Amino acid sequence: MAEQAVAHHQPAQGFIRKYVFSTDHKVIGVQYYMLALFAVAVGMGLSVLMRIRLAWPEAKWPLMQEWFPTAFAGGPMTPEFYLSMMTMHGTIMIFFVLTTAPLSGFGNYFLPIQIGARDMAFPILNMLSFWVTFVALLVMIAALFATGGAPISGWTAYAPLSAMGEVAGPGLGQGQTLWIISIAIFCVASLLTSLNFLTTTLNLRARGMSLMRMPLTVWAWFTTAMVALLAFPVLLAGGILLLLDRVGGTSFFIPGGLVVSDQLLPHSGGSPLLWQHLFWFFGHPEVYIAIIPAMGITSHILCTFARKPIFAYKAMVAAIFAIGFISFIVWGHHMFMSGMSPFSSMMFSITTLAVGVPSAIKTFNWLATLWGGRIRFTTSMLFALGFVSLFVSGGVTGMLLAQPAVDRWLHDTYFVVAHFHIIMGVAAVFAIFAGTYYWFPKMFGRMMDERQGKIHFWLTLVGVYAIFMPMHYLGAAGTPRRYAQLTEFRFLEGMQPLQVFISLAAFVTITAQVIFIFNLFWSMRRGKKAVENPWESTSLEWTVPSPPPHDNFGAAEPVVAYGPYEYSVPDAEKDYILQTEPAREVRTTT
Amino acid sequence: MTTTTFPRIGTEPPPPAPRETARLGLGFALLGISMLFIALTSAYIVRQGTEAAWTAIAMPDILPANTSLILAGSVAIELARRSRRAPGRWLALTLALGAAFLMGQYAAWRELSRAGMYLATNPHSSFFYLLTAVHGVHLAGGLAVLAWVRASAPPKRERRIGTAAIYWHYMGGLWIYLLILLFGWR
Amino acid sequence: MAAMLALFFWMMAAVTVVLFLGRVWWLPELASVHGAEIDRQFVLTLAISGLVFLLAQLGLGYLIWRYRARGEGRAVYWHESPKLEFTWTLATAVLFIGVGVQGNRVWANLVSADQGQGAVTIEVTAQQFAWNVRYPGKDGKFGRTDPSRINDSLANYLGVDPNDPAGQDDIVTQNLVAVPVNQPVQLILRTKDVTHSFYVPHLRVKQDAVPGMAIRNHFTATKEGEYEIACAELCGMQHYMMRGRLLVMPRQEFDKWLAQRAAPE
Repeated sequence: MAEQAVAHHQPAQGFIRKYVFSTDHKVIGVQYYMLALFAVAVGMGLSVLMRIRLAWPEAKWPLMQEWFPTAFAGGPMTPEFYLSMMTMHGTIMIFFVLTTAPLSGFGNYFLPIQIGARDMAFPILNMLSFWVTFVALLVMIAALFATGGAPISGWTAYAPLSAMGEVAGPGLGQGQTLWIISIAIFCVASLLTSLNFLTTTLNLRARGMSLMRMPLTVWAWFTTAMVALLAFPVLLAGGILLLLDRVGGTSFFIPGGLVVSDQLLPHSGGSPLLWQHLFWFFGHPEVYIAIIPAMGITSHILCTFARKPIFAYKAMVAAIFAIGFISFIVWGHHMFMSGMSPFSSMMFSITTLAVGVPSAIKTFNWLATLWGGRIRFTTSMLFALGFVSLFVSGGVTGMLLAQPAVDRWLHDTYFVVAHFHIIMGVAAVFAIFAGTYYWFPKMFGRMMDERQGKIHFWLTLVGVYAIFMPMHYLGAAGTPRRYAQLTEFRFLEGMQPLQVFISLAAFVTITAQVIFIFNLFWSMRRGKKAVENPWESTSLEWTVPSPPPHDNFGAAEPVVAYGPYEYSVPDAEKDYILQTEPAREVRTTT
Repeated sequence: MTTTTFPRIGTEPPPPAPRETARLGLGFALLGISMLFIALTSAYIVRQGTEAAWTAIAMPDILPANTSLILAGSVAIELARRSRRAPGRWLALTLALGAAFLMGQYAAWRELSRAGMYLATNPHSSFFYLLTAVHGVHLAGGLAVLAWVRASAPPKRERRIGTAAIYWHYMGGLWIYLLILLFGWR
Repeated sequence: MAAMLALFFWMMAAVTVVLFLGRVWWLPELASVHGAEIDRQFVLTLAISGLVFLLAQLGLGYLIWRYRARGEGRAVYWHESPKLEFTWTLATAVLFIGVGVQGNRVWANLVSADQGQGAVTIEVTAQQFAWNVRYPGKDGKFGRTDPSRINDSLANYLGVDPNDPAGQDDIVTQNLVAVPVNQPVQLILRTKDVTHSFYVPHLRVKQDAVPGMAIRNHFTATKEGEYEIACAELCGMQHYMMRGRLLVMPRQEFDKWLAQRAAPE
């Protein structure tokens, strides 16, 4: 059996099979990571353009006018260009960065190793998922260059705006069609990935790797895969219906009697709220798809650098599950003002507040994990601590937004923008950074530069708070989101300086990411050689060479005897016990 | 001070449950496919509610014949699974029945369009074309995999037939469900 | 590093809270009856969440500083504490249920509030990128509309059917709503094309207008003056300048205002 397994895992030969169409989960993990890195660069570029328009709506940019003649026709950036940038920023960040990096990137690389497997359950399927995702990204990028521009309907693509075609506005023709096709392709890729993750976790664990000995990262990826498996088909269904409304003349989302630019549309009977329900049934779990792996990564890293077992492992697992489950029954809180029944609003309000309980449990457990620890302030740990802070900052505002009455004031204001950027965007990105600094030695066999890492951390931490905290004030003052400029209304007078401040903070923060990119690529070639277990960590990836060989564990089958976070066990020789160390008796105080 | 034995959680490391990986993966795939059809079903029900004058199209005449084809396919693959000597022949029959079903579905579309019922004619016809197409795509994918299973070498082939049979039965069950949804549910 | 990070979390939390307490940027002045309840609930929840935020950031900072690695020795070996876990689970559950119950009580009041006799009924039909406003006139009935009659160049924005007697006395304006002060107003929200959202910041009114639906909303304005109407649901290119005016005036003036706009014949 063991011989057979080894024989099956001969490394592929040749550049194409080894690095391009590879079935090795580690190569695929890096491919996903690089795809997300490219996507995040594009997404940030788009946000720079957005922030330019928001801070200085009337300003003319001669240089930009040369580069983007239509987008800057007449001098200032056109409002439709702003909306295109906003739509593409949201879409690219949510799908190709926040879904891709923490789940498919780190998950692909480390889930098999952490459970003691040699690869994913379906390696060819795994390769396929990546390349399908790649095609989805290409189609999405193509939407940027579509005739008539990129779509302007936001990442939520509310029908009928997104369903009517060009008549409703620029970018809603070819651009919107490409957008939907890309999303549909992405759904298929995500489904393939998640069924692979689920099967791998259940079936390929090493001897001794019982469910309750799995690191919390594995629990997080497993739960996220489950959520993705149940959520993405619903978006796929919605996407197919929307596409048919656009190109097939059907009326799923377009009611009768609509008139745009004096043209009476031929449709009848469709329901715009149906799109909202389908979209948010997927859309809310989607934000948990971004944040649950981040929670797992944070838990893992906090333990390592606080030198402590995770506090309340079982409660952590239960909380991840509870969050994953509840995420499916809260979608209506995006629709409090949509004309949905007010009684449904009440139901969704209560379930939404209920998510706060497992989230609070996780926060308490993280704090309790720090208590009594001996914290080592590596860059990775700093980002993990930043995650905890951001998770709290972004989480507490959920308490306001979960109430329909308060939402009547805050709905579609910058308060919402602040909330989801902090908790889903920036917090998840902090976990990605933490994971990168933590796992880089394992992935590339070299250490990242800690000094550059710390400068990167500080600029990013101060930067993101400077960007997103002021948005709460804008939101409290009623500033509507998705406005190409905010100078048309008297009640917003006096708010513009905040917009300028946010833009400047964004530019500094985004520039600071150059340090990270430099550190990443420089360290791949020139970093200090990494040892097998540089952080004195406990999970299985630290028992194999850096980087791991093709079959991860060589001839030896790993046998697991310990839970994932046995740090600072009294009377043990070292202050950590690898999961694969032989079982033995130790004395403990009880 | 007390002495405890590590590991803390459970004393004997249990081996992972011996499930067949391909079957487990298929199970998850079917869960995903089910969600797709559940979502489309909910859209169907909502759409029925929002249409002031819901008019259902008549069931194409060929559908009962098609239904018997896909059910016969299920029987054929079940026989392939149980056959010791010549599963390949039964698989060939399953493939032929599946292909015939797809052609029958195409004939049903032709029948409708000849009667002036197109994709956008009314919501019921939209859903008929949509649901049969999505089902057909899944069945066509199944045909490709089945052809691959048939071509594989004997010891593996038997196991693969067992897994493929699950998918095939699911496709048959899904078709019956769609038939009831579209024409039995008013 | 520990002290610096702790200090940052404390400072950040303090500055955030102080700026909220100082109301440097705050809600526009309230001008409606139901808005008082919304504002109260907003401030109450903001206070609760602000307190949780402050305590958590302070605690995080403290733990970071207190348990930084120094000297010899090992961290505490500590796996769980059922009592502690039970306590904070219960505490958060009580907090969230409390907030939920209180918040939904306010919501229930908002949606079920008595609309009062003699309410002024106004139909607002949104379009890209304007608000079409219609008053039913003396007969209290809106005339029939037909989407095929809509013609923006002939200024028949609503597709009013000239043959319907009920429509003869209807009063139609664009981007201008007048309401009497201290009297309940009933809104019927429609849209001609895509989803919009009728948003009057000072009145704490916000409600989507959804294609194919007529959604009702009501409010009572309490202060005379001119207020702005904005769109709060992305509706296309000029979403950011879909501006309307809402005039709140005494009843007599309002009647006069209507009479002036009634058809001259």
